[in-house]
Amino acid sequence: MASTLAPTAPRRRAPSALIPKTSRRSYWIYLVPGLALLTMVIIVPLVWNVYLTFTSYRGIRPPEWIGLENWARLFADETFWTSFRNSIAMIGAMVVLPTLVGLVLAALLFDLVGKKFGGKMASFLRATYYLPQILPSVIAAIVIGWILRPQNGALNSILDGVGLGALQNNWLGDPDTALLSIMAVLVWIQIGYPVVIFMAALQRVDPALYEAAELDGANWYQRFQAITVGMIRPEIFVVVLTCTIAALKVFGPVYALTGGGPGTSTIVPAYYAYSQFFQAQQVGYGATIATALTAVIAVVAVIFILVQTRLERREEVG
Amino acid sequence: MATEPIVTGHGASTPDQDQGTPARRPPSANRTHRSAGDWAVLGVAVLIGLFIAFPFFLIVINSFKSPAEYSTGGPLALPTGLYTDGLVAFWERVNFPEKVWNSVFISGMVAVLAVLISMFNAFALGIGRVKGRLWIVVLILLANMLPQEVLLYPLYFMFREVGLYDNVWAVIIIFTVIQSAFGTYLLASVYSTFPKELLEAASIDGAGRWRILWRVVYPISRPTLSVLLIFFFIWTWNEFLIPLTFLVSNANQTVPVAITALQGDRIMDVTTTSGSALLGLIPTLIFFLIFQRTLTRGITAGAVKS
Repeated sequence: MASTLAPTAPRRRAPSALIPKTSRRSYWIYLVPGLALLTMVIIVPLVWNVYLTFTSYRGIRPPEWIGLENWARLFADETFWTSFRNSIAMIGAMVVLPTLVGLVLAALLFDLVGKKFGGKMASFLRATYYLPQILPSVIAAIVIGWILRPQNGALNSILDGVGLGALQNNWLGDPDTALLSIMAVLVWIQIGYPVVIFMAALQRVDPALYEAAELDGANWYQRFQAITVGMIRPEIFVVVLTCTIAALKVFGPVYALTGGGPGTSTIVPAYYAYSQFFQAQQVGYGATIATALTAVIAVVAVIFILVQTRLERREEVG
Repeated sequence: MATEPIVTGHGASTPDQDQGTPARRPPSANRTHRSAGDWAVLGVAVLIGLFIAFPFFLIVINSFKSPAEYSTGGPLALPTGLYTDGLVAFWERVNFPEKVWNSVFISGMVAVLAVLISMFNAFALGIGRVKGRLWIVVLILLANMLPQEVLLYPLYFMFREVGLYDNVWAVIIIFTVIQSAFGTYLLASVYSTFPKELLEAASIDGAGRWRILWRVVYPISRPTLSVLLIFFFIWTWNEFLIPLTFLVSNANQTVPVAITALQGDRIMDVTTTSGSALLGLIPTLIFFLIFQRTLTRGITAGAVKS
């Protein structure tokens, strides 16, 4: 336990609000609007959905109780497992790569470009990186689908134009390249998000810290490690967690670009659930996939938040 | 006065940095000296930017070509004239201004309401430190974790029951909840490190919680709040599945739904498709450019100070 590290430290976590002389309980009133809306829009549908997983329901006649049949079917369903394997690829494309690259880019823009070439240059570049994020994902998919068109698409035309015609491909239609193409699209869409969050976070960091470190002879990488990563750790957690959630439930680009195909090569859980809900009209089974996905996401998120609190606590004590 | 650095953070004063360094280097010397390495870094950063912007460039140049011109010159050739028939046909077909207004109204409402809810939630969780706050955050984050398909059937029945089906307010309510989940999570963690001295000072001056929220917490966290506002607006603008399901009549549709609905239509030849994508991204682009200044001010202020 973290608390055993410093037994002499006064119990800083001793429950009290940050504003003196206010009881913690009195703050509940501020949670009322948010929690009321949450219950109506999220909790009730979620419970309903869990109930549907035990039924056979085709959307018209009332749901019929069938016990654990849907769940048994789920665990034996090859497509379901494939969809989760593809989720791992999505995490690589939406979390791992953008966070690492985003950290370096944000630090470079803030610490180096911003100081040596002016803040205007830094924010211009940041805006450029952010461009794909402001595209509606279905429109991004139209753009990319348009570039990747097999017959007269831009990418194939360019390859042909520079003498690499042999590399022309039906990028989204070929099972070997479809998943990679989608991953490339997601990296492109995603990269600006960590950059913007991290740069906003860096503004909180006292510039004197960097100056002091510089005077002490710390090079760029040492400053990056000690100050940048250390100081903006809360935001790193936020980015990794939100991107992981987004990667697990990614839907739009798959829906608009490949529809999970060819075959099941780009299927993801959210799309699989959708196709059961609305194409196969197997609402009970769709609900089962969606509930399983929600459970996985919830477990990942809880682990994350526990680790985060543990670290924060340790820092506060140590 | 609130002139101290906002978050002094943990471990801000490591002992080895405390050894007196009274002589400060003049800041200008540092700024004007640009080494070859600095230029190389800038070059890489610009290259990445060009690579990211390239698809946008393709979309812009191809939106103004006729299909015939596209097939002879290919996607990379600059347009020879300003062909706008495709854009005009698309604009009129979807009644574009109406769709833009729907999207602006929905996204604007959601952005403001969700920031407000996030701030209230985070005030109770981060500053009020109510009991069980960790689990409350997890519960609220459920809104973010659920795949949206889960919401469609139940909310369809619920909203139809209260007469909000095919009404923009249904979508506004749903996204206020979903976006404020992220906002609560981010703000609660920011507020939990809120400078205690400021709160104490305000409290000694006799301010109650409501006043402290608006006079101290709100102004100091405004940079974070404005980032949230911009994110919420853009994220809501870009949503697809829920607007598609809950806004069935043509007059209520949002921009992304209207554009996607026409894909595969007879009028969508290769350059009109490109044009529709261009029209779809222009409104958020304008919005982002306007608010980019708000985001920028912080950075330039920091650069001048150093």
